Amino acid sequence: MTDTKVLSAPHSMEFPYTRSTGPMVGAFLTGLRDRRVLGVRDSAGRVVVPPPEYDAATAAVLPADDLIEVATEGVVTSWSWNPKPRAGQPFERPFAWALVQLDGADTGLLHALDAPRESIRTGMRVRIRWADETVGYIKDIACFEPAS
Amino acid sequence: MTAEPITGIVTPIRLDYTYTPGTAPSGFLRGMKEGRILGRRCPQCSKVYVPPRGSCPMCGVEFADEVEVADTGTLVTFAVVNVNFANRVIDLPYVSGEVRFDGSDTTSMVLVQGIPVDEVRMGMRVKAHWLPREEWDFTFANIDYVEPIDEPDADYDSYREFV
Repeated sequence: MTDTKVLSAPHSMEFPYTRSTGPMVGAFLTGLRDRRVLGVRDSAGRVVVPPPEYDAATAAVLPADDLIEVATEGVVTSWSWNPKPRAGQPFERPFAWALVQLDGADTGLLHALDAPRESIRTGMRVRIRWADETVGYIKDIACFEPAS
Repeated sequence: MTAEPITGIVTPIRLDYTYTPGTAPSGFLRGMKEGRILGRRCPQCSKVYVPPRGSCPMCGVEFADEVEVADTGTLVTFAVVNVNFANRVIDLPYVSGEVRFDGSDTTSMVLVQGIPVDEVRMGMRVKAHWLPREEWDFTFANIDYVEPIDEPDADYDSYREFV
């Protein structure tokens, strides 16, 4: 007798990378641990958050020892609803991904926004909800929430 | 008190697949369930591929008959592993080998056990050590490892094309 059942099996791959952060991202993450958000001023005079090591236009090294603290509150510049979150994402329930331009910054920081879908709009004011314990990782920012 | 600055982070990346083998690999996996090593022969070049694909990668011809190969073979090359990687729990050092099972024209990566690592050599004759029959599943992992058998080493010329 021939077994005609189609074979199928789960196949999971996981790579537990350990990454060195470098001076700039390391300083940014260290700031998060202290519940502070840091950026750097680029060659065009803009404050970029999170801070890159090199200038996007000129490729010049940016000063990791001269970071600028920005606010923990800002404005949504763009967002996208995530109806089916995947494992490892900030929430198991539907939530929004948002680009948030913090006050004092000139660029958007991508993170989760915890708010009802109907209430979300570009231009809305939001603030950081910190994790209960901060360790120096992007998840120290639990998410953004409406600033009321 | 000032805590140390952050210099490194762990960023796990995980991919969850559902793997569905094609017709030819399915035949191989069903053979494994029965404790048999099945390949397929190319009707043009006559080479036997284990595990098989649907067609010969060299000739581009669809494979014909299913062929059972032996669970004895020749260790054609190997590496001594001194650093374990995540989730692998084998006593160090161990040997990862490429074995050409007798009747096959491809090699398979298998754990080599039953011999001190500094006595392992190319050309060594080995035999599959299978898991207990009740543990057999649709997987090559049914072969737990290969171990040496009491036969003279194979001539280099007999396996040089696999090195």
